[in-house]
Amino acid sequence: MARVATTRRVVVSTAGAWLAGFVIFFPILWMILTSFKTELDAFSVPPSFLFFHWTTENYVTVQARSDYVHHAINSIVIAGGSTLIAILIAIPAAWSMAFSPTKRTKDVLLWMLSTKMMPPVGVLVPIYLIYRNFGLLDSLTGLVIILCLGNLPIVIWMLFTYFKEIPKDILEAARMDGATIGRELVYVLTPMAVPGLASTLLLNLILAWNEAFWTLNLSTSQAAPLTVFIASYSSPEGLFWAKLSAASTLAIAPILVLGWFSQRQLVRGLTFGAVK
Amino acid sequence: MAHIALPNVQKAFGQVHIIKGANLDIADRSFVVFVGPSGCGKTTLLRLIAGLEDVTDGKIFIDGKNVVAVPPARRGLSMVFQSYALYPHMSVRGNIAFGLKMAGLPKAEINRKVEAAAATLNLSPYLDRKPRELSGGQRQRVAIGRAIVREPKAFLFDEPLSNLDAALRVQMRLEVTRLQKQLGTTAIYVTHDQVEAMTMADKIVVLNGGKIEQYGTPLELYEKPANLFVAGFIGSPRMNFVTDGAAAKQGAATIGVRPEHLKIARDGEGWPGTIMVAEHLGSDTFLYIDCGAIGTLTARHVGELSLAPGDRIVLSPEPARIHRFDKDGNSVRA
Repeated sequence: MARVATTRRVVVSTAGAWLAGFVIFFPILWMILTSFKTELDAFSVPPSFLFFHWTTENYVTVQARSDYVHHAINSIVIAGGSTLIAILIAIPAAWSMAFSPTKRTKDVLLWMLSTKMMPPVGVLVPIYLIYRNFGLLDSLTGLVIILCLGNLPIVIWMLFTYFKEIPKDILEAARMDGATIGRELVYVLTPMAVPGLASTLLLNLILAWNEAFWTLNLSTSQAAPLTVFIASYSSPEGLFWAKLSAASTLAIAPILVLGWFSQRQLVRGLTFGAVK
Repeated sequence: MAHIALPNVQKAFGQVHIIKGANLDIADRSFVVFVGPSGCGKTTLLRLIAGLEDVTDGKIFIDGKNVVAVPPARRGLSMVFQSYALYPHMSVRGNIAFGLKMAGLPKAEINRKVEAAAATLNLSPYLDRKPRELSGGQRQRVAIGRAIVREPKAFLFDEPLSNLDAALRVQMRLEVTRLQKQLGTTAIYVTHDQVEAMTMADKIVVLNGGKIEQYGTPLELYEKPANLFVAGFIGSPRMNFVTDGAAAKQGAATIGVRPEHLKIARDGEGWPGTIMVAEHLGSDTFLYIDCGAIGTLTARHVGELSLAPGDRIVLSPEPARIHRFDKDGNSVRA
């Protein structure tokens, strides 16, 4: 009797989980489906789910009209560069806060995070002017800097949480074993923090890849990443849902593939400590 | 091989004085145990010697050289932690070799030394395993292996056996002592377990509230405790303390008698009382006796004694084994 009830509960909760998963995934699925529709089908009411005229013409048009590869390379440089620099700055910062905390450490962390509470649009004008005066508008350097600084608080915060999970004893053991601070970081701390580092890296890559506010406002063509490539389909000659979807699918494809292959690492990192 | 001396070492965290002036002289090749209740400063004192904490005042000499400004990496000491603190991402071999690698030894020599250390500790079959694949006792051995392979000037042990089960603890206790004697390396060992202290030490440092209460050989501490604290801390079961009339008769504020130095008789001269609890261990019998105004006393009898709760007995202390203390708790010797 109890067993039957348990089995039913398992079935119900499994179905529930699949449903929730499907609901969350649905926008992406819909976008991919729409990208294979004609512009007419994309607007049809009621919307057709699978039985429409499948076509790849959107992709052909998008490829012909704008340079996907150019934007994709910009995206890779911006997301990769800003993430790498942020991580390099964040490792020593998080290390010192996690292992030599002072009375003010919590305040410093909160202060860093507080910068993320400010709406970016509030500082758009000053940042824009600074960028204009320094000649950073529409440059890869400018976008790498702004995204790196924008995500740095989160990177430091995440690494701090992972580092705090590492027993202090182990670092002291390394010190007793004759390791200098640099070697302690390289041989002991960093390898132990690999799951945490990896998930921070991936999460930051995704955040930077999809960041649209600064990339849209500070770049036009030369340094424009995939976000600008997508946005270009939403305005000039009216809305083209199917082409917009095709462009979006192309834009998220690399990061989706990356996320898919690294999901084990990502989940392990995000639940680091919880499963110990 | 090191002679370690601490003249008047002090440590404070903000306003809190953890070590209130410690004077110690640890002879080369000796095994010294720091023992005391939790919070007495024994681990802090060890960490000061290790260099993991900075002294607030005083000096630390290792072989005549003041090392207070020397970082832990260059003091030439090795430490075994309570949590073992093994590097989880390295194999046993990697763990043991780490210190040698940091010292920049050639690979062949590292291998030879690691294998020798592993053989000493019966770890040879496990060299390629990760720490998580080992049992508690094996991990402890790896931690010790990591300490001995570097041939340090001294070993520092921070409650290394407290995570092991009782049987393994007794076995490792023997192994650590044997290893230390065989290598002839100075060792400082922190524990809260006075049995570990008594069995392992050449000399014991009893700490309480940041002060060294007594520094001596195990038997000195047992036979001539400097004060009430040491008298009560060393020995199991605990020493009986009697104040008032019986103490005044001996010309002291408090007298102490160890449970094994109380003679048990059915009648005669002494302190009459009623047995409350009798613990029969076979080898020993522990009696807890209500002696009215004198208080509750513990008596130990070697072997079996057919007494039961409720029996009335008389206890008499062996006169030569009575410890006398003045009103400040310091020992008074005749």
